[in-house]
Amino acid sequence: MRELEYLRPGDAAAAVAAVAENPNAVFLAGGTNLVDHLKLGVTAPELLVDVRGLPHDDIVEHDGPEGPVLCVGAAVRNSDLAGHPLLRSRAPAVARALLSGASPQIRHQATTGGNLLQRTRCVYFQDVTTPCNKREPGAGCSAHEGYGRYNAVLGASDHCVAVHPSDLAVALAAVDAIVVVLGVEGERRIPLVDLHRLPGDRPDLDTTLSRGDLVTSVEIPLTPLARRSTYLKARDRASYAFALVSVAGALELDGDTVRDVRIAWGGIAHKPWRATRAEDALRGGALTPERVREAAEVELADARTTDQNAWKVPMVRNATAQVLAALAGDVTG
Amino acid sequence: MDTRIRLTIDGAEREVSVDTRSTLLDTLRERLGVTSPKKGCDHGQCGSCTVLLDGRRHLTCLALAVSYDGSEIVTASGLAGDGAEEDDEQLHPVQRAFLAHDAYQCGYCTPGQVCSAVGMLEELKEGDPSHVTEDLEGPPEATDEELRERMSGNLCRCGAYAGILAAVREAAGEASA
Repeated sequence: MRELEYLRPGDAAAAVAAVAENPNAVFLAGGTNLVDHLKLGVTAPELLVDVRGLPHDDIVEHDGPEGPVLCVGAAVRNSDLAGHPLLRSRAPAVARALLSGASPQIRHQATTGGNLLQRTRCVYFQDVTTPCNKREPGAGCSAHEGYGRYNAVLGASDHCVAVHPSDLAVALAAVDAIVVVLGVEGERRIPLVDLHRLPGDRPDLDTTLSRGDLVTSVEIPLTPLARRSTYLKARDRASYAFALVSVAGALELDGDTVRDVRIAWGGIAHKPWRATRAEDALRGGALTPERVREAAEVELADARTTDQNAWKVPMVRNATAQVLAALAGDVTG
Repeated sequence: MDTRIRLTIDGAEREVSVDTRSTLLDTLRERLGVTSPKKGCDHGQCGSCTVLLDGRRHLTCLALAVSYDGSEIVTASGLAGDGAEEDDEQLHPVQRAFLAHDAYQCGYCTPGQVCSAVGMLEELKEGDPSHVTEDLEGPPEATDEELRERMSGNLCRCGAYAGILAAVREAAGEASA
């Protein structure tokens, strides 16, 4: 591991300035992903700017213009957020997504902001002996021809087929969360669905953030829709594993008719995949297993698969049907 | 770059100068002679380096020591009272349950398992939900399914899980009694 300087900034503005002015500086939060990358040699910064101690560790309910909003500080631990009574009752998909991630120890350490900015677990990205465009632009992509079971099926490019690993981000995409970011030019608010990007020809860039941008909080609208939400994660073992595919859903029914619906997918793409085409196909019609499967097929029309990851398509389609059926059961039962 | 940090470890104040790259685990084991937390995978996948950090179970392999200046750490050996080597009564109830149920074979993961179980029982008492908790709003119960899920961050290469579950189940019963 390369020698490292360490800075504990006095406030968020100092943290932003320190990273903005040094191309070899990175933020350190919970460290569960970054410290591993330092050991593996995936990244080799010169300076760690430790934001763990900044006062972004509150969870507060606010009255927003469109209703109540839960404001979650970026330094709030995953376990503290998952256990918060308001989140559990008013946005259960987010609580369930958090509880399905990592292990209890890691959830005590990992932060809200860090969770969103964690990097792919693509085996080639983490193995510095193999070419990877995300780790080293222009090196080539080993996953295209190599072990491809986890590869993306939507939105991938010739340069990168990695998927985003966060469960939290998928649930936040489904409940229309907003990410608050402090940059050198001040504060701005980004819809969660616009925080991450597709790989295109720049897979080294996971997000739309600029150098020095610091996530300071996440806003979760506590809507009636979010109250009827849940998260389903399919994985290789019952616990402590990343998603093969995952589905966050929210549903509002009027009798048998879908008044409103949200669907977001994990394990499918380089970013949390909000399935807006499937939502549009379902809105205003009856909720039947056939219509849910048809709606999922609309969203998956552009899927590109190999024989190693073709199973993801029926798995995410069926998981979506299972999530909406469970939510409909909650509503009617 | 070296930074001087202060830690409270099993009740004793310790001061040490650490390189930014040093993990909490290496600092405890190699610099301070605190060998109760074990290095298993060193990548946050096995849980054998688990301690109680500021009261909660926490890995030490994915934590840089410099970032934990001022923290209070309790290791498995610090859970026991003085004289525990001669007198089992001085052991923590979770440690006694591990002995009673033969909840180990080689013992390497045991200090992490014990710290994790102590933290887990506290989380149950606080009403924290888990992945398998059906009703997110109600108090969770210490069912076997809950205990297994809540201990899933600690691997045992010997496969002593049946004994570990029995020990944790007994400790959970004592904790709620």
